[in-house]
Amino acid sequence: MNVTWYLVLSAFIFAMGAAGVLTRRNPLVVLLCLELMLNAGNLALIAFSRMWGNADGQIFALVVMVVAACEVVVGLGIIVGIFRRRIPEDVDALSELRG
Amino acid sequence: MIFEDVVFFIAAIGALAGAAGVVILRNPFYSVLSLVGHLFFLAVLFLLLRAQFLAAAQLIVYAGAVMVLYVFVVAYIGGAEEPIGQNVPGIRPLGVLFAACLLAELCIAVIGTGLKALDTRGAHVANGFGGPAQIGSLLLKQYLIPFEAASYLLLIAAVGALVLARKRRGFEELTEEGRPA
Repeated sequence: MNVTWYLVLSAFIFAMGAAGVLTRRNPLVVLLCLELMLNAGNLALIAFSRMWGNADGQIFALVVMVVAACEVVVGLGIIVGIFRRRIPEDVDALSELRG
Repeated sequence: MIFEDVVFFIAAIGALAGAAGVVILRNPFYSVLSLVGHLFFLAVLFLLLRAQFLAAAQLIVYAGAVMVLYVFVVAYIGGAEEPIGQNVPGIRPLGVLFAACLLAELCIAVIGTGLKALDTRGAHVANGFGGPAQIGSLLLKQYLIPFEAASYLLLIAAVGALVLARKRRGFEELTEEGRPA
């Protein structure tokens, strides 16, 4: 397949993830949608790496995976903390830090 | 060649369906399972793009380890379904509209770049492209500092998660006094 197909697919996945982040209210599902967006970025990086025949883009994708894993660990820690304090799991209700 | 195209379309449809499932399904547990399917099809796409090492890492690290973490947290907090009502009316169509605008903008940006190689199948690559040997030598020669920084980042995240999720005796007593449990 041409590289354009992969890039358009990654744009679709990124937009779906963005829609999920904007519309869902459960913080856990918001984290899942962030994963979708990061994976769409990974797909675009690897498609460009294939296009140039240069493996540097795959290293970038690997680093994105590391950052995603860190984000998941810290985010899930925060969600467990929210659950322990018996605060409702709703991003609209979690507005105490709003400026 | 035709086989590659067929595999691409199957994997692309699977990945899109998985992504849609994550966004649409109301039970967080089903969303997590849908994301596992999405990651699997994405690994197939990585294989088509000759990123063998990343496809294996995607399956083992993401679909294997990170998703197990998600499943455990959903099981721990109960996986309650979302309430249907909205605090701010009309925010949902607005979000979908914003995402559609983002998609149009990304497509215009990709097609409008004028990169001639976009309409090819990519440069000719040697046999070991994207294999563990090439990725390993790149990580240890050219990208040693990002590699070490990533390992420190993982260490910091692990310690941070422990600090966030441990039980704080004093604080919990305070909240139990402050609000009826």
